[in-house]
Amino acid sequence: MNDTLQLHFQAADWLHLLLHYLSLSLISLGGAIATVPDMHRYLVDQQHWLTDTQFSASIAIAQAAPGPNILFVALMGWNIGLNAGTVTTGLLAALLTISSMLLPSTIATYMATSWAQRNQHLRSVRAFKQGMAPVVVGLVLATGWILASTPDQAARDWPLWVITAVTMLLVLRTRIHILWLLAAGALLGWFGLV
Amino acid sequence: MDKQASDDPSSGAREERPQPQSLSDLYISFTLLALQGFGGVMAVVQRELVERKRWLTREEFVEDWAVAQIMPGPNVVNLSIIIGGRYFGLRGAIAAFAGILSVPLILILLIAVLYAPYAHEPRVVGMLRAMGAVASGLILATGIRLLGALQKNVIGIPLCVVLGGLCFVAVAVLRFPLVYPLFALGIVSFALAYRKLKP
Repeated sequence: MNDTLQLHFQAADWLHLLLHYLSLSLISLGGAIATVPDMHRYLVDQQHWLTDTQFSASIAIAQAAPGPNILFVALMGWNIGLNAGTVTTGLLAALLTISSMLLPSTIATYMATSWAQRNQHLRSVRAFKQGMAPVVVGLVLATGWILASTPDQAARDWPLWVITAVTMLLVLRTRIHILWLLAAGALLGWFGLV
Repeated sequence: MDKQASDDPSSGAREERPQPQSLSDLYISFTLLALQGFGGVMAVVQRELVERKRWLTREEFVEDWAVAQIMPGPNVVNLSIIIGGRYFGLRGAIAAFAGILSVPLILILLIAVLYAPYAHEPRVVGMLRAMGAVASGLILATGIRLLGALQKNVIGIPLCVVLGGLCFVAVAVLRFPLVYPLFALGIVSFALAYRKLKP
């Protein structure tokens, strides 16, 4: 990751960064990952604030690390901040991007759920909850399926499918703690056994 | 937070059910959930909050997850706000929100600094691939568990299977962006449920 940029950020640039994430926040329906193409267009192609490598590394690290995947937004801010100055700028930029990405959507969700809580006997609120259930369960299964199908070469990657299937069975049939399963997976991968 | 639920037929059990004890209980619980969530926190939330702590029933989890999905913003973050807000109002929502984000944020910045030099180390790459496979198994198992929540659904099991199946095919096989199937199927199934429910 030596292909860093040297940026000279002015107040207006910070404001644009803030506004970009504030606006993405409210259109991030179906998860923040849906807004990734737009972030790439703006941050990498248009403003040249991030290199391609920094952009993809931010997403990869956030997916591998514990915690919500949305933290990739903080890593993008961190990299932009580093490109524009020092570690301090990086930290401030990380806080700026993650807060502007999360505040609008969070406030909207809080207000909507408080309203639904107060009106939980309305026929429409109950119909929404009942009606969405099958769609949402289908969506959870689809998410697992998509994650499981990232390995694309059956001849080389079949052990990964075995890990997925064994994990599924262990979770359904036993009360084993999730961390043991992750640790076992990590060890198998570390020693190149899968 | 739930006084109006007294005439809801499903709320009888709610009073005796375990609940978060305090704001710090919420904060710590959500921090621990987030730290176990490699490649997605949702499977951990279901396992810990529904099956171990029993703060939620499977049906309530599916309802909350539906709201978390349909609102803008990352779904686990939304879920933390919904659950935190239910018990302690705004303060609860803030505690759960801080729990799911604060420690992981510090951790990920540390990882970004430490990981960069080893990003291409084969053992690190192999480890992450295998952990990804475990994570997808966790999520698939969660989905199968949640199927049980549909048994009491007013739409009826056959229609639930059709709607859930269509959603799966649209997202997993045809790879439509999430928003379209979520809203299109959501409207159909809202209408079906609305007709079945008494006014």
